[in-house]
Amino acid sequence: MINFLVKYELAIEIALNTALYGFLILLNIEVQVYNLQNNGVLKIPIRKSMSALFCYKKHLNLFLNFIVKEVYDMLLKEGQVRIPSGCAISGIFSREGRRMSGKDIVKSISVMHDRSNGLGGGFAGYGIYPEYKDYYALHVFFDSNAAREEAEKFINKHFDVINLSRIPTRKHPRITDEPLIWRYFVAPLHGKLEESQLDEKEYVARCVLKINTNINGAYVFSSGKNMGVFKAVGFPEDVGEFYKLEDYSGYCWTAHGRYPTNTPGWWGGAHPFSILDYTIVHNGEISSYDANRRFMEMFGYKCSLLTDTEVITYIFDYLNRRQGISLKDCAAIIAAPFWTEIDKMPEDMKKKFTAIRNVYASLLITGPFSIILGFDGGMMALNDRLKLRSMVAAEKDDLVIVASEECAIRVIYPELDRIWSPKGGEPVIATLIGGVV
Amino acid sequence: MGINLYAPQFEVCRDQKKCIKCKVCMRQCANEIHSYDQELDVMVADDSKCVDCQRCVTLCPTRALRITKFQNEFKENANWTQQAMIEIYKQADTGGVLLSSMGNPVPYPIYWDKLLINASQVTNPSIDPLREPMETRVQLGAKPEKLEFDKDGKLKTKLPPQISLNVPIMFSAMSYGSISRNAHESLARAAEELGTCYNTGEGGLNEDFYKYGKNTIVQVASGRFGVHVGYLSAGAAIEIKMGQGAKPGIGGHLPGEKVGEDVSKTRMIPVGSDAISPAPHHDIYSIEDLRQLVFSLKEATAYTKPIIVKIAAVHNVAAIASGIARSGADIIAIDGYRGGTGAAPTRIRDNVGIPIELALASVDQRLRDEGIRNNISLVVAGSIRNSADIVKAIALGADAVYIGTSALIALGCHVCRSCHSGKCNWGIATQRPDLVKRLNPDIGYKRLVNLIHAWDHEIKEMLGGMGINAIESLKGNRLMLRGIGLNQKELDILGVMHAGE
Repeated sequence: MINFLVKYELAIEIALNTALYGFLILLNIEVQVYNLQNNGVLKIPIRKSMSALFCYKKHLNLFLNFIVKEVYDMLLKEGQVRIPSGCAISGIFSREGRRMSGKDIVKSISVMHDRSNGLGGGFAGYGIYPEYKDYYALHVFFDSNAAREEAEKFINKHFDVINLSRIPTRKHPRITDEPLIWRYFVAPLHGKLEESQLDEKEYVARCVLKINTNINGAYVFSSGKNMGVFKAVGFPEDVGEFYKLEDYSGYCWTAHGRYPTNTPGWWGGAHPFSILDYTIVHNGEISSYDANRRFMEMFGYKCSLLTDTEVITYIFDYLNRRQGISLKDCAAIIAAPFWTEIDKMPEDMKKKFTAIRNVYASLLITGPFSIILGFDGGMMALNDRLKLRSMVAAEKDDLVIVASEECAIRVIYPELDRIWSPKGGEPVIATLIGGVV
Repeated sequence: MGINLYAPQFEVCRDQKKCIKCKVCMRQCANEIHSYDQELDVMVADDSKCVDCQRCVTLCPTRALRITKFQNEFKENANWTQQAMIEIYKQADTGGVLLSSMGNPVPYPIYWDKLLINASQVTNPSIDPLREPMETRVQLGAKPEKLEFDKDGKLKTKLPPQISLNVPIMFSAMSYGSISRNAHESLARAAEELGTCYNTGEGGLNEDFYKYGKNTIVQVASGRFGVHVGYLSAGAAIEIKMGQGAKPGIGGHLPGEKVGEDVSKTRMIPVGSDAISPAPHHDIYSIEDLRQLVFSLKEATAYTKPIIVKIAAVHNVAAIASGIARSGADIIAIDGYRGGTGAAPTRIRDNVGIPIELALASVDQRLRDEGIRNNISLVVAGSIRNSADIVKAIALGADAVYIGTSALIALGCHVCRSCHSGKCNWGIATQRPDLVKRLNPDIGYKRLVNLIHAWDHEIKEMLGGMGINAIESLKGNRLMLRGIGLNQKELDILGVMHAGE
């Protein structure tokens, strides 16, 4: 038997062309669908089912639907396969809470074009919804209207919806296959919240996780107050244009350009990742992933996307929000000081860091990473403790700017007050001078 | 040569041309195999007593000796193997239970050898342990749910007692009695130098070894030999031995002839009396009783020592471990069916229990499913043969490992599996003074230190290859493992994917 691969489109043509198809069968040639998006990982033999249907041309349409469905079913989404990736990140924060348009951050991330490969880009903006600042802003991707209806049923059951709309986008030649993108401003329904015996944030977080795991085709990718995530498959500068980020203004922006080594190109897989007001943009591939994931899953988190970034986001949510550990100590947990340093510390510090490395041993993150964590009223940048990924920080007036490369900072502010390369494991934390706006 | 229905197992081959009749072999063999025939002026050997311990072979100055299998075949039969028949002859001779030592030698699958370790390429840099810090220190003990700090960032939470190990490797429980004083001293001194722990086993602790206390785990077993408050307080941790991988479900028996003056004092029993450890602890007939013993020991030591509960890997090990994790114990030690022993009924050693790899994987997963994995540490034993086994064990979810047989091999043991005879030619599993003195603890402890240093280097190289620079990031990191030649059920239990996936 001869085996050969064809593109999906060609396979359909072959199926339609009965003469050609009969010829292939005569020669006993196996036709397999070659799926471009997966670099040929998926092959499905269609000869058998085709030959059965060969005699029944009238069923050809049905048959084609079958092929299409099979191809889509076999397309592994992020979450079914683990995808390592490299990336570019950048972030700007105004300590005085001045609101900046999304233009600068797009400019900053765009100079690092070569660090991403067009398979994911995204932004997080803080302080962008002042008129709705008391409501949780849910940004949601839907694969279909049916998924939207199901998710809306769930949202209406658990939340008071103040406002809902499609998120404004503009047509863009390089951003295609967009899902339905909706935004809901919500407050938890009082009765439901009371009944759940949870605090408000925990209630919202659990609802979000429920939608993401239980409702097929719906994915909440942003769920904090007065902040929002905007992400897509594409180069980050195109994503910025697509979402019209110049129309938003916020006191903090983070951005991400993604270079996955293999991707099904799913919008949910782009960065930033978020839960409530925590967002993470991340460059790196952490070698401790499965140790971290299996630890976090003990506490109700479901790492459904199998990406490093998702688990890092949950770690911050768990440590900072649920356990009340300061961000500085969070940094000491995930990028812990080395034993050789701890052994030299004064007694009480030694006790503290020994306990940190003991109790939270499974939350130590190893392998290369640089991350920017955005949260309500602040921004934190952190490198792995060996500094295996580049990251530069700078100050200009009340601004703190962080990026994978210096050029991404200089492109928006050629003159800076200070620029430095933070040491591995040494967090750069910026918070609003007057507290959260 | 006694009359029996079977041929010897081994043949002592002597090259008479090389033999200079120095009689080293004769002096060295405690089984009295070699003798000198004056009339013929040759060295001769009684093959039937040979246990293949290799002592004479390694000490023969002219390399004149070789031990081989006695080349004699019973009529071939796939069912009635020679081994099966010989065992029947032996039991028909004596009417006794067949005894063996060391770990299960039967060719069951060895899952360590069906697991492969990952390494970084391109997307993630590997780390060179010679240039970058690479950490293998581990802390064992119960962990609180969370840490709290005061407003100056100082630690407020008081942690339960912990033991800190510089390497994730400890020496398993081997009692003074089952092994010699010099073997014990070698283990104790090596543990001290390495910054890890050795384990007294159930034979109590000799006064002379109290000085190694912070590197000692004291064991409390069903016989309670040598247990008193001074003993409990002497160690860094206390281990309750519920079971042992080599002989799950049964107790122990140290024959009276091994109970000399010193052993008698240490075990607190009369000289020459048999030391019998019952199968169960007679104060533990259920999990709630275990909890009482755990807290009795904690009370006795003012809550300053972590309590280890050691069990054999048996079918229901995950549920048992979950019970132990809720019993107040700080550390669970699980001993697989390959684990060694000084003496065990052969049938039990070879047929009872399950592989440590599968037990470890299911216990770790069960504790995580129940959200209590971080409440307790997990130590595994039962045939850790090299550093790769350790890396695999930790990736499956262990905090640290115990090694017993490997440590004895470092001291010269050739795994002849005759410990129960008490005539160990290497001075390890014996109490005969003339044999004991063959093991020089000054050399023995150095060999153990060398072994662990070598393994630690190898672990660091493998960690660096994976792009990991601290052992805790390997713990439970099963994505770093792939199975090879395993079926789906085995992969599911181990929680790993197959190579190529």
